[in-house]
Amino acid sequence: MALRLWASSTANALRISVASTAHLSPSFSLSRSFSTVLDGLKYATSHEWVKHEGSVATIGITDHAQDHLGEVVFVDLPETESSVSQGKSFGAVESVKATSDVNSPISGDVVEVNTQLTDTPGLINNSPYEKGWMIKVKPSNPSELESLLGPKEYTKLCEEEAH
Amino acid sequence: MGIVLEARKVGLPLMNVVRFKGKPILEQLFVEEKLLRTSSDNWCIVNDGTNAPAIVMGMSGKPSELLELESVLRDEVPVIRRFTGGGTVIVDQGTIFVTLICNKDDVPGVQPYPRSIMSWSGLLYSQVFPGIGDFQLHENDYVFGDRKFGGNAQSITKNRWIHHTSFLWDYEDRNMAYLKLPARAPEYRMERDHNEFICRMKEYLSRSVFIEKTTKALETHFSLQPMNLETIGTAHEGRFVHTTSLLTKQELKDALVSPLESIAQNG
Repeated sequence: MALRLWASSTANALRISVASTAHLSPSFSLSRSFSTVLDGLKYATSHEWVKHEGSVATIGITDHAQDHLGEVVFVDLPETESSVSQGKSFGAVESVKATSDVNSPISGDVVEVNTQLTDTPGLINNSPYEKGWMIKVKPSNPSELESLLGPKEYTKLCEEEAH
Repeated sequence: MGIVLEARKVGLPLMNVVRFKGKPILEQLFVEEKLLRTSSDNWCIVNDGTNAPAIVMGMSGKPSELLELESVLRDEVPVIRRFTGGGTVIVDQGTIFVTLICNKDDVPGVQPYPRSIMSWSGLLYSQVFPGIGDFQLHENDYVFGDRKFGGNAQSITKNRWIHHTSFLWDYEDRNMAYLKLPARAPEYRMERDHNEFICRMKEYLSRSVFIEKTTKALETHFSLQPMNLETIGTAHEGRFVHTTSLLTKQELKDALVSPLESIAQNG
């Protein structure tokens, strides 16, 4: 109990939210922007996330990215069966008069794209980690995941960028 | 004093400056897209008027929604889809284009996101128009008062960004008739039609003074060096594949037909 109280007051002091969903947990809320960073994902320094489950990795942009981009009005995605390379652009989003590249955190073959984003690009804003996923990839080099950031490192990156 | 100024310039990142006059806008966009994607330098491109009227849509622009297609097809106005986001403009010899292509690390304090870039560019241009016409960046447009005279757009890559602007130094009223009122418009437009919404920069300053003052404003951020067109080569060299494209007549005809077919199908 004491430990729980301590954790709760510490969490309040650091403004960390420890809510949970059925399958993904927000690890941190940034004190300034309240962007969500989730446990269980890996992150690229260019603000994309990847969730590796079995032979498939799902990729999208982070809450931090969608917040800074503004309302997404158009999404340009690759074709299935195309290839993506770690750190290279695979598509773009349009928001506030800008097209912004989306870069792949890992290399692999595209096995599925989120066609919902054609009619509802705002899913990227409303649900960046779930309904706003962009592509699913069969990784060609799973060891690339080790070079990505975990939730804590990614949160630190976002905080450093804010200053 | 000269030594002090030169010493100041030494600390500033380099920016290559390319000046065109009357360059076709399609070629300008090809050059810009290639420089954004394949160069590691900072660039300023100034095109003092384009040679012929052309319509330029943003990356996701749909002709059927944005253009009066029958008159566009009748008058054979070229329609271009550019690589940056944003809305639709019609440009001609009265348009002055200013393009900035920057490495994100050479513009400290500016994050590679649209609002941060536009906040910086708004401050830059406020140095060009101090006390002139109530200039401001308003809902992402360059305005005098509540009238737009400059439209801008961006493209952002991992480490670089481009911010390009078409300034309406002058324009033909009849050309604006090719453009529909866009569905997505800033609030301050308040459903005004083009001629009530936009204004001409020539009522405030001359072309040469504008270009000179823009250059001076850039010198506070960059050490400028003039560059020749030949040095950067033509837009079609190498294996770079542009996303900027000129729409074909067939594409425009198909766009004219598709909404009509949709109405027919829905009864």
